[in-house]
Amino acid sequence: MAKITLEELRKLRQKKQDDLQKRDIAGKDCQIIVGMGTCGIAAGAKVVLDAFLKELDAEKIENVAVTQTGCMGLCYVEPTVEVVVPGMPDTIYGRVDADVARKIVKDHIVGKKLITDHIYDRPSVDIMKNGGK
Amino acid sequence: MHVFLCDFLLDIAQNSLEADSTLVQILISETPESIRFRIEDNGKGMSEETQKKVTDPFYTDGVKHKKRKVGLGLPFVIQTGKDFSLNSSLGKGTVVQFSFDLTDIDVPPLGDLPSTILAIFSGAPDDCDVVVTREISSTHGDSGYKVSRSSLIEALGELRTAGSQNLARQYLDGLEEDLKPYFSEHVFRIPE
Repeated sequence: MAKITLEELRKLRQKKQDDLQKRDIAGKDCQIIVGMGTCGIAAGAKVVLDAFLKELDAEKIENVAVTQTGCMGLCYVEPTVEVVVPGMPDTIYGRVDADVARKIVKDHIVGKKLITDHIYDRPSVDIMKNGGK
Repeated sequence: MHVFLCDFLLDIAQNSLEADSTLVQILISETPESIRFRIEDNGKGMSEETQKKVTDPFYTDGVKHKKRKVGLGLPFVIQTGKDFSLNSSLGKGTVVQFSFDLTDIDVPPLGDLPSTILAIFSGAPDDCDVVVTREISSTHGDSGYKVSRSSLIEALGELRTAGSQNLARQYLDGLEEDLKPYFSEHVFRIPE
C-alpha cells in the first residue's frame, strides 16, 4: 500500500463526505460498541474491531460510529459487542468473532434482523437462546 | 493471556485513557532482539500503597466492576515481558514500561500495530491527545515515525465513524509499511 500524507488524508475525507451528502445510506445513527477490557482483548476483541471496520468498508457504510468500552460484565462470553440501531432493540452480542462481526453488519445493521444465537443481554429474555447462558 | 504483543500495549494504554489524562505518550522501540513499550500519562496517578497492590492479579479497586474480583492487565505483562517498571504519583500521572525478548520463542508475535494504534486513538476520550512514537533499529539502519491522535482528528474531522477510522487505518498502515526495509528476522534462542 502506498503511503499517504496527512494532506492527502484530508482530501480523501472531503471527497468521501461529498459522496455521503449525495445519498441517503444505511448506518445513520447506528453505533457498534466493542468491549475492550482485558477479558475482551484476551478473547480477541481487537480482531473483532478490525473485522467490523473492514466489513463496513466493504459494504461502503461510512457513518456507523464504532466505539469501545471496558468490560461489560459478561467476561464468560467475550468478545462482547453492543449494537444500537434506531428502531431496533439495543442488543449485546457475545462470543463474537470476525465471522459473527461480518454477520452483524450484514444482518443486523443492513438487514435489520437480530442474530439470536449470539444475543446475551438487553432484548427480552425470550429472544435469547438458552436464556443467555 | 494475550495472543499478540500489541494486545498488551492496548490493554495497558486503556488504563491511561481511563485515568482522566489529557495526554498519553506511547513509545515503541524495537531492535532485532527486543521490543520496548513505554506508556506515559498525565492522569490521576496512584498512591504508593495502590502501586504495591496493582501487580496482584486479585486486586481491583472495585469502582468500575463491583462483582469482578480480578485485575489482569499488569499481571499479564509481568508474566510474559521483562524489565517491567511502574512509576506513578497521585494527581500527576503514571509511567509504565516493559519489554519483550524477541529471541524467546515463547513470546507472542507483535500483531497488527497500525490497527492497535487506531484502536487506542479511537478509544480515547474526546479531550485526550495520544502521541505514538515508533522507533526501529536494525542492521539495515534506524527509522521510525511519530503520529498523534490530534493530527488525525484535524485531518479527518473526527475518529468516531467507520469511514474516518478506515481512512486513518490507511494512513497508519502506510507509516508502518515504510519501516519494512528495517525489519529483521528474529533468531530464536534454543532453550537449554
